[in-house]
Amino acid sequence: MTIHFILNGEKTTLNVTPDRRAVDVLREDCGRTGTKEGCGAGECGACTILVDGESRLSCLMLAAQLEGRKITTIEGMAVRDSLHPLQNAFIRHGAVQCGFCTPGMILAATSLMNHNPHPTRADIRAGLSGNLCRCTGYQKIVDAVEAAVRLEEEKS
Amino acid sequence: MNAYIPEIGKPVPRADAVAKATGAEKYAVDHYGDNIVWAGVRRAGVAHGRIRHLDTSVASLLPGVIAVLTGRDVPGTNRQGIIHKDQPVLADEKVRHCGDAVALVVAEDRATLQKALSLIRVEIDPLPGVFTVDDALRPDAPLVHEDHPQGNVLLKATIHSGDGQVALEGCDIILEETFHVPVQSHAFIETENGVAWQERGGKVALVVSTQAPFRDKWEISHALGLPLDRLHIIGPYLGGAFGGKDGATVQCLLVLAALHTGGRRVKMWWNREESFIAGYKRHAVRMHYHLGARTDGTLQALHCRLYYDTGAYAHLGGEVMALGMEHAGGPYRIPHTLIEGWCVYTNNPIAGAMRGFGVAQVSFAFEGMMDLLAVKLGMDPLELRLKNALLRGDRNASGVTLTQSTGIADCLTAVQHHSLWHERKAWKKEAPPFHKRGVGIAAVFNAMGYGRGLPDSALAKVELTPEGRIRVYSGVSDMGQGNTTAFVQIAGQILCQDHTAIELIQPDTERTLPSGSASAGRTTYTYGNALIKACEELRRRLTGRAALMLLSDTLDDLELLPGRVKNLATGREIPLTALAAMMSPEDRVCISQFLMPVVRDKLDTGKEFVIGFPHLLFSYAAHLVCIEVDELTGVIDIKAYLAATEAGRVLNPQAFEQQVQGAIAQGIGYALSEEVLLQEGRIVNPDFATYIIPGALDIPEIVSLAVETYEPSGPYGMKGVGEVGMNGPLPSIAGALADASGIHMTRSPLTAERVLAALQNQQEHP
Repeated sequence: MTIHFILNGEKTTLNVTPDRRAVDVLREDCGRTGTKEGCGAGECGACTILVDGESRLSCLMLAAQLEGRKITTIEGMAVRDSLHPLQNAFIRHGAVQCGFCTPGMILAATSLMNHNPHPTRADIRAGLSGNLCRCTGYQKIVDAVEAAVRLEEEKS
Repeated sequence: MNAYIPEIGKPVPRADAVAKATGAEKYAVDHYGDNIVWAGVRRAGVAHGRIRHLDTSVASLLPGVIAVLTGRDVPGTNRQGIIHKDQPVLADEKVRHCGDAVALVVAEDRATLQKALSLIRVEIDPLPGVFTVDDALRPDAPLVHEDHPQGNVLLKATIHSGDGQVALEGCDIILEETFHVPVQSHAFIETENGVAWQERGGKVALVVSTQAPFRDKWEISHALGLPLDRLHIIGPYLGGAFGGKDGATVQCLLVLAALHTGGRRVKMWWNREESFIAGYKRHAVRMHYHLGARTDGTLQALHCRLYYDTGAYAHLGGEVMALGMEHAGGPYRIPHTLIEGWCVYTNNPIAGAMRGFGVAQVSFAFEGMMDLLAVKLGMDPLELRLKNALLRGDRNASGVTLTQSTGIADCLTAVQHHSLWHERKAWKKEAPPFHKRGVGIAAVFNAMGYGRGLPDSALAKVELTPEGRIRVYSGVSDMGQGNTTAFVQIAGQILCQDHTAIELIQPDTERTLPSGSASAGRTTYTYGNALIKACEELRRRLTGRAALMLLSDTLDDLELLPGRVKNLATGREIPLTALAAMMSPEDRVCISQFLMPVVRDKLDTGKEFVIGFPHLLFSYAAHLVCIEVDELTGVIDIKAYLAATEAGRVLNPQAFEQQVQGAIAQGIGYALSEEVLLQEGRIVNPDFATYIIPGALDIPEIVSLAVETYEPSGPYGMKGVGEVGMNGPLPSIAGALADASGIHMTRSPLTAERVLAALQNQQEHP
């Protein structure tokens, strides 16, 4: 089938079999390999993308479910050469180690901040509890999200 | 970010962070390619048996199937393994664990691959299996490897010092206990994978998620009978590894597949369940301890018997046990020891290297014994540890003289001075209803490097590029531990260039030089030492060649500065681009080797260990944990965690904390929830819904104190910090539970179910 969707702001049309997983379509057909897969069963969060601004697990979505949606992957977070504040915060606060969970974490954190612009550290931990990281122990990830929140608060 | 010179001691942001945070970094798994085909494995599903019939004909005929291969199609020895070559690439007549690969399929796409795998008919006559160490050690036990001369015993070894176990008889107090730890999974997020293809001329290239690209080349060559010069291994950044990608996973299978695809790229990517079933694990161990002491708390004698279940193949089982045995006495002075170890084959999944390599296990036992001794003597558990803590110049439990930095006493003192320790009594009194509070401590250590018998070597290569940039060729993988950033700092420190002018090449057997595996806390230490020498040589060359261009009659006036060499006396300078243009390609490259120093004591013990014993360098840590136990559910809630860590000098405070916090998180998982559950060798929880690794809500805020010493043999005084943090959480949390409830748990993990049962048992049998 032919599907039409907006990928990182660009109109995208693809011919795909409808039962392929969204994560495979994004990685293989669209070349957006920043979207990772860690479990294929919705347990680790590495494949998190934004669907119309909401965090979703692309390993549990079928290609047909992309139809008509606005999809954001990690590659769509920076605006031209300017990194997203969460990306900057992850880099500065040491929230990236092996980095394989990082794209999913950043997108989950984006969704979290959209829903709750003033989260506490406990809120951040709860909001990211669906995303597994095996390297960091989460503390620097929470530090990074908290710093991005503070920056947004200062701006507004 | 503005340009800066990455220097030693600064919290320099990781060199890989931007590419990883933008999704631009290409891990092995992100490599595809035009016209790619997919490879996959049919696994035994039976823990022990003989293959009676293997019919691949139906699968072979399926449209879209390119090749179906079995053990008969493996051209070389069909044996892989790091030290012992005992693991078939594809099973021949026998299977020894459920994850054994029986057939390899290459297909046009993933759907066809799955279908073809299901069409292979495998008939296996089951053999009686051995699933516990006790079963395996029975005289009439079925043999996992009929050709292994010691039956199911991969390795039996002994470490002896002083008067050995005889000295127990003269002790005022003798304590005895048995501890059990289960199988742990590495659970890296990027599962095992790679892409291979045959180039014109016959060479096979392999991009693979690996901790040891150069050793992979030798392993593949041996198993498949391919000459070394036909193999080209590329090892990009890994999405985690922790020891689980040290040794062949997909390597031999993929290269074999690539020999049958006519030059097309072939990709293999284990799913999570396959990663659990076929990947390596941390050894389950049973540990019997006898500890003897004086009434004043001075440790006198230790006898322990350790039983490591190594599963179906050797991998690094013997070496894991060797390191566990070397650490079995803890970071303490014990003049008389007898440490016996059995590393035993079973039909369980393969156990191998994992962070805290054999040591995480014994840390539970030796710290458990220290807690029991403190209770027996009515002594403060921290004072007891301090009293016995190893000092530089002492001999450790293996009889090795500690000639290098030895900071365990300093770590314990740092904990002792912290408010969490001296305010603990008041804190415990504030426990809410139906909850108990406890505070536990642990003193742990972890050796660095390969130990005697195997040269712990690295070859660093650094180049001034034609563009005037500095390029470091790293031969040792970065699985997330951040050695790459340390290399950038070393280059920045010596060559005084901006971070934007320094680039890193990740391991590639045709561009970088053999530098050993990313393991054993050695990557920054060994490669870093080699890189210092290479960078210093390059600096001398650059100023020396600049002298010719700047007409300087002395090198004393010349300084290497960002992008240029300047004569400080005359003010004249030459850009590095101009200097590079003048220099020949070979003149722009410096290579240097470093070999880790080794123990010089002549020990009359541990002779069974061919490699990996003893070690010269150790990092140390003292951990403190405050827990609250729910008496109604048995749930342990970690309220605070403090780690004081000694790993020489800190090259990068941010990277140091990353290692400490991450290791503690893995240790908390090991302590509270992680256990690979086995039924007759079959894993019953091969996914993240049933094998629970900690999430963001399960890990507390961790306070990390760096207790710095100076390690003269290390690059800028550092030692490896990656592993030691793994060893503290289980014993400290068990100690905190004992402090809260009086219950000394000897079997981990300390799940709510287990804790609740112990609490109920205590109520019923006070």
